[in-house]
Amino acid sequence: FLPCVPNNFLSLSVSKLNSNNLIVKNRTAALDLSQKVRVLCWVMTQPQHLKSRTQHIRATWGRRCNIVLYMSSEASDFPTVGLNVSEGRNQLYWKTIRAFQHIHMHHLDDADWFLKADDDTFVVLENLRYGLSKHNTEEPLYFGRRFKPFVAQGYMSGGAGYVLSKEALRRFVKGFADGLCSHDTNIEDIGLGKCMETMKVQLGDSRDVLGRQTFHPYPPHYYLTRQLPRPRPWYLLYEHYHPVEGPGCCSDLAISFHYIDAVQMHTLEYYTYHLHPYGYKYRFNPDERSDNRNNN
Amino acid sequence: MMSEGSSFMKGMVLGGIFCLVMSFFENFNSGTHSEVHEHLHHHLKPLSKDELEKLSESQMSDLPLQVRVYCLIMVTPKLLVHWATANDTWSKHCDKSVFYTSESSKALEAVDLQEQDEWARLRKAIKHAYENAGDLRWFFVARPTTFAIIENLKYLVLDKDPSQPFYIGHTEKSGELDYVEYDSGIVLSYEAMRRLIEMFKDEDRCPERGHALWKTSEEKQLATCLKYSGVFAENGEDAQGKGLFNKKSVSSLISDSMGQNPADVVEACCSDMAITFAGMSPSQMQVLMYGVYRLRPYGHDFHDSLTFLPPKDSDND
Repeated sequence: FLPCVPNNFLSLSVSKLNSNNLIVKNRTAALDLSQKVRVLCWVMTQPQHLKSRTQHIRATWGRRCNIVLYMSSEASDFPTVGLNVSEGRNQLYWKTIRAFQHIHMHHLDDADWFLKADDDTFVVLENLRYGLSKHNTEEPLYFGRRFKPFVAQGYMSGGAGYVLSKEALRRFVKGFADGLCSHDTNIEDIGLGKCMETMKVQLGDSRDVLGRQTFHPYPPHYYLTRQLPRPRPWYLLYEHYHPVEGPGCCSDLAISFHYIDAVQMHTLEYYTYHLHPYGYKYRFNPDERSDNRNNN
Repeated sequence: MMSEGSSFMKGMVLGGIFCLVMSFFENFNSGTHSEVHEHLHHHLKPLSKDELEKLSESQMSDLPLQVRVYCLIMVTPKLLVHWATANDTWSKHCDKSVFYTSESSKALEAVDLQEQDEWARLRKAIKHAYENAGDLRWFFVARPTTFAIIENLKYLVLDKDPSQPFYIGHTEKSGELDYVEYDSGIVLSYEAMRRLIEMFKDEDRCPERGHALWKTSEEKQLATCLKYSGVFAENGEDAQGKGLFNKKSVSSLISDSMGQNPADVVEACCSDMAITFAGMSPSQMQVLMYGVYRLRPYGHDFHDSLTFLPPKDSDND
């Protein structure tokens, strides 16, 4: 994420095979980051979705969070945390408020950053940690896919997932405690965005060093498919940064995709962590990049 | 009387011995040899980790450059969008990609074979490829509805000698015939191509236009011609025995795995080193291109011993 003074993490290097299986390798860089940049993930879900959606998160990326909490109207052995709310689209902002209050009360010191995701969001934790590693969690910051309308400074898309620094979490909770923020909308991402603005939390830029997006409110094919130059399609109308269609849309180190069903969840897991071209030297290596992205 | 009789007997005995020897010889050649041949080759796997570790530094840097693949992509104007997608995605990773079409299209370049019959077209393409191979020694035949990861193909054949006959892919059986499925792509070594082209001259065993009332598919005709030239189908697999050539789409395979192995969907589904998938839409293929060549978790190292460089002039890998 920008502004960027790239940390010198291990660059990807060709090294001797160890005796382990192809999949589990020397993950020093990733492992190191998981200890330095602790992420608490909370997944917005409901009892009716546990089998059809949430279990697939639990089986895939949920395991990679330092802490993962599945937030629902009811507690269960899934395990889910029961929030004091009912289900329904008009309860979503209540859920968000209660979820962050719960996390603030029980887990503030257990993590450095706090991610909210939907039960149809796919997240690559390693890439999230990498992006966050250059930032200070004691600063009031929040990252995600930046949208323009409804809030003067903009807000982050709920579906694509957004992440709060520790200070941002403190301010969100304090805002409600002090009456500076209130439940004034049912639309959770706009509501949270307005509170962030009130509490003077800054919107971060989550794009990679080449200006490519990392958080995505729609599935990959919406963005990656090559298009002839055309006016912005409806799903790109809210974009704060000038959107790019085709391969330049998306970072190699993407963090999230949304509207991901169960089959797609496992498919993305396969693409990200398993399927690879043997010995391929990737073009993009963020640690070696010294040139800056174009300012938009 | 006695001398005539004994000459006759001598002649009979000699003739008998000669016959026995000849038939023994023939059995030895076709029987034992082909049994051994088939047993050794039916499952074809890449170099094991141990074997890779034994390679020298110079072998490790030379081998990736020595295995070079000529891709024959068999298109028709009906498949224009897939044709364009294959052109824009995986075919860029072949050392040479040539599109062979039934009839020309204004939109995309191809060798126009001006041939509607699929088997006749495949024969022409194979001949053309062999003649234009240059120093390329491996051939991959696919339709544009297939997606191939050429680096994994190279890894599979890395230690195989292309001056030996190889015919590799996803094998199926039709009666006594083992054949490679077309949809999941067909790999042929230079020697297999040479023998095949030689066999094309045999109008009885390898006719250009079928004699039968019903048409045998090109994949089976190919297998038959190859079999007559002593080349047998081999199933490409990884070290764990998982098939590398898939005639289904990724989502179809994942979906199957969710039904059969719900506790271990991805592990049980498909190989990390998969070479082909088929039946995917053009936009799914573009997502696969991104998924294979770009999307990855920061800090993961697969510890591959060799290096394959990305192709020039490409922006989606």
